[in-house]
Amino acid sequence: MMQLHKPNSIAALVVKRIGLGVVTLLVISLLIFAGVEALPGDLAQAVLGHSATPETVAAFRKELKLDLPAHERYVAWLGAFVKGDFGNSLANRRPVAELIGWRFANTIFLAAATALIAVPVAVVLGILAALYRNTLFDRLISMATLSTISFPEFFVAYILIALLSVQMAVFPSIANVNAQMNLWQKFYAIFLPCLTLALVVIAHMMRQTRAAIINILSSPFIEMANLKGLRRLRVVVQHAFPNALSPVINVIALNLAYLVVGVVIVEVVFVYPGLGQLLVDSVSKRDIPVVQASGLIFAATYVLLNLLADVLSIVSNPRLRNPR
Amino acid sequence: MTAAFKLLRSAPFSARLGTGMVLITLLAALLTPVIAPYGETEVVGDVWLEAGRQHLVGTDNLGRDMFSRLLYGARNTIAIAFAITALSFVVGVMWGFLAAVVGGWMDQLLSRCVDILMAFPTLIFALMVLSVVGTSIPALVVVIALLDSTRVFRLSRAVAMDIEVLEFVEAARLRGEGLWWLMRHEVLPNAMPPLVAEFGLRFCFVFLFIAALSFLGLGIQPPMADWGSMVRENAGAITFGIYTPLWPAAAIAFLTVGVNLIVDWFLHLASGLED
Amino acid sequence: MKPLLEMKDIVIEGCTGESWDPIIKGLNLTLTKGEVLGLIGESGAGKSTLGLASMAYTRQGCRIASGSIVFDGQELFGAPEPEVRAIRGARIAYVAQSAAASFNPAHRLIRQYTEGPVQHGLMSTAEAEKKAVATYEQLLLPDPENIGYRFPHQVSGGQLQRAMVAMAMSCQPDIIIFDEPTTALDVTTQIEVLAAIKEITRRFNTAAIYITHDLAVVAQLADRIMVLRYGELVEENNAREMLENPRETYTRDLLAVRSFQKRKNLKAPDDVVLKIESVTAGYTGDDNVLESIDLEIRRGRTVALVGESGSGKSTLARVITGLLPPNQGRVIFKGKQLPAALKARKRKDLQRLQMIYQMPDTALNPRQKIRKIIGRPLKFYFNQNRKQQQRRILELLEQVELPAEYIDRYPTELSGGEKQRICIARALAAEPDLIICDEVTSALDQLVAEGILKLLLSLQRKLLVSYLFITHDLATVKAISDEIVVMLQGRIVEKGPKQKVLKPPHHAYTDRLLSSVPEMDPDWLDTLLQERAGRARGADIHPSVA
Repeated sequence: MMQLHKPNSIAALVVKRIGLGVVTLLVISLLIFAGVEALPGDLAQAVLGHSATPETVAAFRKELKLDLPAHERYVAWLGAFVKGDFGNSLANRRPVAELIGWRFANTIFLAAATALIAVPVAVVLGILAALYRNTLFDRLISMATLSTISFPEFFVAYILIALLSVQMAVFPSIANVNAQMNLWQKFYAIFLPCLTLALVVIAHMMRQTRAAIINILSSPFIEMANLKGLRRLRVVVQHAFPNALSPVINVIALNLAYLVVGVVIVEVVFVYPGLGQLLVDSVSKRDIPVVQASGLIFAATYVLLNLLADVLSIVSNPRLRNPR
Repeated sequence: MTAAFKLLRSAPFSARLGTGMVLITLLAALLTPVIAPYGETEVVGDVWLEAGRQHLVGTDNLGRDMFSRLLYGARNTIAIAFAITALSFVVGVMWGFLAAVVGGWMDQLLSRCVDILMAFPTLIFALMVLSVVGTSIPALVVVIALLDSTRVFRLSRAVAMDIEVLEFVEAARLRGEGLWWLMRHEVLPNAMPPLVAEFGLRFCFVFLFIAALSFLGLGIQPPMADWGSMVRENAGAITFGIYTPLWPAAAIAFLTVGVNLIVDWFLHLASGLED
Repeated sequence: MKPLLEMKDIVIEGCTGESWDPIIKGLNLTLTKGEVLGLIGESGAGKSTLGLASMAYTRQGCRIASGSIVFDGQELFGAPEPEVRAIRGARIAYVAQSAAASFNPAHRLIRQYTEGPVQHGLMSTAEAEKKAVATYEQLLLPDPENIGYRFPHQVSGGQLQRAMVAMAMSCQPDIIIFDEPTTALDVTTQIEVLAAIKEITRRFNTAAIYITHDLAVVAQLADRIMVLRYGELVEENNAREMLENPRETYTRDLLAVRSFQKRKNLKAPDDVVLKIESVTAGYTGDDNVLESIDLEIRRGRTVALVGESGSGKSTLARVITGLLPPNQGRVIFKGKQLPAALKARKRKDLQRLQMIYQMPDTALNPRQKIRKIIGRPLKFYFNQNRKQQQRRILELLEQVELPAEYIDRYPTELSGGEKQRICIARALAAEPDLIICDEVTSALDQLVAEGILKLLLSLQRKLLVSYLFITHDLATVKAISDEIVVMLQGRIVEKGPKQKVLKPPHHAYTDRLLSSVPEMDPDWLDTLLQERAGRARGADIHPSVA
């Protein structure tokens, strides 16, 4: 009856894309490693200061495995990293994994809470703006989102603090969460950072969704559907939506990736105990192992989300799903 | 010039508003030494003074005049952001056109490199690189420009690819023209509209990016006035109900909104002209 | 008889920046049951706009300003949305030019067929599916039971277009609007679609508005023809009468298109300009698009290279110009073998071999003035200074019959035909021996194309330049060529002097190609289909080979 799926084309594309993702991660790890190698001067000497005796410096070098050749150290570092051993912090000598673990969980919590609000709102608003384009509603929304994407995140954050925390005193300006809090207390604590991120991400996502939908709505097959005398809702749901799926999924995944990175600034504003905050602190302290580990974790999340975006858009493309 | 003026008069309100906003900021930046009542780093009074006759928008965390610092900040930040954007365009457009026009292995090589660089979140990458090379202004310019040029590369390659398949480029090729003629005389003039729009967008992005880095304390370093670091320095005031840090933040938003309004209109115009 | 559709004083406006300008300037149109009306006109005549307006529909940026559209006693202009919707698809259906773009890529064909009748509440899904299969069968689609379960991109162009005709029939409408349904197809495929349309309108006595720029096509189908120009009516008449006895000059010009023939140039010397020896070429490793091609072009002659899409004729041009080095074989230009790759060729060789393209819009750099476009080859090949260039450009403009003041204009300020003349001038500036003309008239309106062909011929007489004329349009071939080369799937199936190739006996494919070109005779299609059916029966082959 219908043509059989030729599995190779779509599977091959997905496998190829995943392969590229793995290569990207490897190159990134290599870059991160090489970047530290490029540090001027001897790391051990720099950390211990000039007063250190040659013996302590040598011992420290041994601990950091600085006495081994570079490629061996890279393999060892990467191998340890995959096993979850990120080395020790230079600043306080505690295992990096211990520093990072709970903070990364906090960051994911904040990002996930934001995504939960932002994705449905942005997609619905984007579709509405596309359907009612060039109306007052569309113009207002597009003005508002254009302004929001032009604002630095910290501007949005401080305005929200000034309004909701200082003037009205309903939400805390410092988003402190800890293990003793229950879920509602946590949500309350992160309300402002969450809102800040959501506003910024919604603006981006909505604009891209609107553009994607408008692009679909101007295709000849939509005109055809209209000329078949179909109801507007049916045209949108049955004809526009399946074709808009791939671009919209792509928009969502890309913005989730953006969210993970945008979190850095918001964490600093609200003094939120997350991975971004830790990364920024460690960069100014030059705590290299922590910078390496948290940078690599951020990069991996970002790469994975981008990978997911591409794979989903391959899978949701009707032409690729039903090859000739 | 008159043509530009005429075009502006036919522009919608939002575009004219944007042009006004950008012009005001540029004028303020150019005339800073004339307008600024105090020096860039001059301590003139108490910490976080209220806005008033003496100090238009009050003083900062060290008792420097906030208005003067805003003006100097405009100069510094705009100049640096402009330098970065210009550099990233020179690099990105050159390589992008080369990839499109030469094609083959050249395109493969450049595109794969850029794919990998772009798979890396820019802010994280910049933070890590700056932690290694330090936060001097030349380092800042080169690092951000190189990171940003990957996006310019993507766009100019795509635009040049669209132009490259048109027959007039093939006609020039068949005539025996060299690479430089193809890029300079055939591709570039036709790539201008999207590139100009992208310049506006990239400028905004770079501007916000530097602001973010400075806000994190890893961008332009004190005592140089810069809008991002001015927010950081005064951030503590906000919990006391003093809104000093909102001024530089609002200034950033003012300029980027202005540029975005113009770009939006320009894009609308360019897409309308096509059909 | 009461008309089924009556459109009166229709004014349609299009938005150009700030103001609304009329596209259709007060037209009347009537259609009775079972009648087929042909709307003829060149681009910009407003024929599609008028056709769509019969469903009270306008594209974005257009609006119906005034008039009345009465369908079966019901006024559609200004009628509420649900009323209009009940008509669309159910009683007036639409067939678009590009089936590939007009089918939803995400749904199977049959689902798009059944959607109309089911949504209009005419049948159940099962009934509609049964009817779909029956319609596919009537339209001679291969494997009618199963073809509906394919996705649009899994079906060939001609079949897809027939599937769209089937879809338009799904609700058994009173009227179908056909908007250039065969323009994007090859001639041999066009026949199948025309036959399908004729069959379906006849069998169900469906009225139709057939929109096209090709008089010969409309002659096969229409009972009555309206000729439009710039949104106004030029002439309206019974189809046969109009073809036999056109009243207006414009109609006469349209009818006379391509009736001229090239006179034989006796003075031309016989030396060979270009010789292609057993060329085999392809884009990927093993797949050869061209298989052992041999070809000769002599001075001052025109060789027409004919074939349908995918025959490899443009690939051959790429091999000759050096853009695609062949896997085997040689290209010999004026007795000297040319290097295979463009980069290895000398400037002098490049200068002697010029090219003119299909789309004059994209063949000229829109950011260069005519002065630079024509001046560049003069500087590049002959190193002329500004003053010499100026003199020569003016000379060339005169040769291509354009006014001298065009020298400081941009291409965008010129019409399509004028742009193509600039392309010719640019090619001539190099003083070539051979010009490759790649479908140079197919993007132009017929009358404009005619002017270009005549110009090319007169230039050939004056300058003794040779043309390799690549085209799919046999009328053009008949008009201008000295020799004809017929290509099919990368091979030459027949070649020789024009008189010989056009006269029977032909190669089977040449025969099919030649017989598929619509003629102005209204009985041509019927006669041809009968003939082919008879022959197929004789050979005991089912006629539905697609």
